[in-house]
Amino acid sequence: MTGELGQLALCLALALSLAQSFGGLWGPLKNDYRLMAMSRGAALGVFVFSALAFGALTFAYVTSDFSVLAVAQNSHTAKPLIYKISGVWGNHEGSMLLWLLILSLYSAAIATFKAGGERLSAQALGVQGLIAISFLLFVLLTSNPFERLFPQPFEGEGLNPLLQDPGLAFHPPLLYLGYVGMSATFAYAVAALLEARNDAAWVRAARPYALTAWTALTLGIAAGSWWAYYTLGWGGFWFWDPVENASLMPWIVATALLHSMMATERSGAFKSWTLLLSIAAFSFSLIGTFLVRSGVITSVHAFASDPARGVFILLILFVSVAVPLTLFAWRAPKLSPGAAFETLSRETGILINNLVLTVAAVAVLIGTLFPLLNRTISVGAPYYNTVVLSFAAILAIVVPFGPILAWRRGNLGAALYTLRFAAAAAAVAVVATIAIASPGSARGLLAVGLGVWLIAGSISDLARRAGSLRRIGLLPLGAFSVALAHGGLGVTAIGVAGTTVWKSELIRILKPGESAALGGYMLRLDGTEQVQGPNYVADRVSISLLKDGKVVTVVYPEKRSFPTEKMVTTDASIRSNGLEDMYITLGDKREDGGWAVTAYVNPMAPFIWLGAVIAALGGMLGLAVKIRRALGARAGAPAGAKGAVT
Amino acid sequence: MSPKKQRRLAFAAALLVAGVAGAALIVVALRDNVLFFYSPSDLVANPVSPGQTFRIGGLVETGSVVRDQGLEITFKVTDGKASVPVRYVGALPDLFREGQGVVALGSRQPDGVFTAREVLAKHDETYMPPEVVDALKRSGRWEEGAPAKGGL
Repeated sequence: MTGELGQLALCLALALSLAQSFGGLWGPLKNDYRLMAMSRGAALGVFVFSALAFGALTFAYVTSDFSVLAVAQNSHTAKPLIYKISGVWGNHEGSMLLWLLILSLYSAAIATFKAGGERLSAQALGVQGLIAISFLLFVLLTSNPFERLFPQPFEGEGLNPLLQDPGLAFHPPLLYLGYVGMSATFAYAVAALLEARNDAAWVRAARPYALTAWTALTLGIAAGSWWAYYTLGWGGFWFWDPVENASLMPWIVATALLHSMMATERSGAFKSWTLLLSIAAFSFSLIGTFLVRSGVITSVHAFASDPARGVFILLILFVSVAVPLTLFAWRAPKLSPGAAFETLSRETGILINNLVLTVAAVAVLIGTLFPLLNRTISVGAPYYNTVVLSFAAILAIVVPFGPILAWRRGNLGAALYTLRFAAAAAAVAVVATIAIASPGSARGLLAVGLGVWLIAGSISDLARRAGSLRRIGLLPLGAFSVALAHGGLGVTAIGVAGTTVWKSELIRILKPGESAALGGYMLRLDGTEQVQGPNYVADRVSISLLKDGKVVTVVYPEKRSFPTEKMVTTDASIRSNGLEDMYITLGDKREDGGWAVTAYVNPMAPFIWLGAVIAALGGMLGLAVKIRRALGARAGAPAGAKGAVT
Repeated sequence: MSPKKQRRLAFAAALLVAGVAGAALIVVALRDNVLFFYSPSDLVANPVSPGQTFRIGGLVETGSVVRDQGLEITFKVTDGKASVPVRYVGALPDLFREGQGVVALGSRQPDGVFTAREVLAKHDETYMPPEVVDALKRSGRWEEGAPAKGGL
């Protein structure tokens, strides 16, 4: 029954999407405010019905309704409740429904806040409606989550055990909140083109959405990488897998977009470029969806490959690029040129940022798509490490200058003077790393130096704004937004360098009672016991970590066997002291009770994700300032938090 | 030319140089890091010179897996027509099994044994790497309608 309700809700959402796009596009053309109001109402309706459809599917999962094909294929009665729920989006059909739900959520937000005024927001809703129609058709025609299965099986096939993990339960919703959010900035950009107005108005309206999307995407990518780190048992956190790249590319472009939007809003520079970049950002989201959903590219992630789905998304992608670009070409004579700026100015900093990030996104795209030319070719991780890390290093050198240089005309001498301590701190960090750890590699030292340069540069900028280091606490909250975002990047850089360059590794067969040394610890294998989990049985191995002959802690990595899914997974044990992870995982079991034990000491590993969280916090602060300002403007009060994100 | 125009020109030139440098970096890195994939039959037909890194894929031949007392493991990768011996030292992925699809990254030794640096795991056991499917199809060992179920 719920299946039919869900199906009905999707059909109603489709009908309302038609009304939403008609009212949103036709209303402003005829200056009919009733049509625009209808579009807003329809957008709220689309959200309600998408939520109902999503709720119906969730209900089917929770109650293990195996008459629904997707539930039978991806769920099981013995699965813990949280994984029944996260199983909703742990497969193609459900994840597309989630895509749709989040798209309608953004539409509902545009309809509610009406940022940019009634006309502009109505046009944005019109575009959002068109995207919703495309994806509703996609879901209904190629990936119906409510498809029935007859006869109904007694038990489901279960969910891939690797996906039964709290980290992964939240990863897809955050990721989608991020890259579907790029649809909102895209919609506003197209609305601006329809109005032939490329001034700051649309940028001001769209920036909160870009910030929301960027923040969610940052957290989503971090959650995915954290999941890979602790469940895949390779001790790595990023594999340059096509599916990872699919989320990284929109992030890179969104980062560029945030900066160029700032320039357009503050100084009127890069007006047309910001429009194009908004279109590009959403295109990269669609490319990501295409890569993930069509299965054209080999990935360690397993996907059903269905050419029809791929073709459908490609079609949406083509239209979303071609139509706005044609519109752009048509409107170009009416668009105003960007404001001029001096060579030494914040705009130049943002220009370098955009240039490097755009080229980096293209580089990742080339590497990811290269195997399409010929399936017997693949692009190895060293390609990405060389290219992307080189670009990242160039960018990191420039980043601290950005917020210090003034708009239009900056003073390099003054900026260098402000950053003198940051430069010194970076140099000290490099020397200290050589002294305490080991030289490692030039790349590693460069990353540590640049990481500290970014963090110290952010602090120097805050001190400059506050007048002195001590008065930083007195700055308005919004002032920390940029500093946190840039500083977070530095923290992540240090984590990445530590984990990849300075990690130590041990692979050894350990029999009960035997021990091996790693990173100042002795690891002693004590024994193995059988344990029963909710839907698995496991060999739990106890390994004591000893320092100076005393047991510091005991860890219990597990080898889990899931009978339903006929799969074996390894649950690694990670002991972290905040600065260093001891990562222990199991290989094969030997007949004499021994285990192939793999252990890593990953210095600074927690910094990888800590940095992402700090950067996301910066994004949230920026968003909070925007919201407060908007509320203040609505109440007619003077805008609060002055000079926050200058 | 006015100084303003001159400055603009210099600016554009700098951008151009940066763009070209970026493109050059991409091309060079790509050329150095492209990995080729060979099936066991390909390897028998056209032996790759020792030391060159590439990927090999097929099925783990049933009965070929030999573990020594330590961490060294040897097995054969087959596509039904030919098979290639592979040596690997380290912990294998959980999904490594006889009769299952596998992709290994490494290089050939002068004695003909493929020394794997990395043995790739897939997240889902019913999933077969497309390259392996292609290789099996070419050797006529692929049965249509084999499972293709998706995970996330």
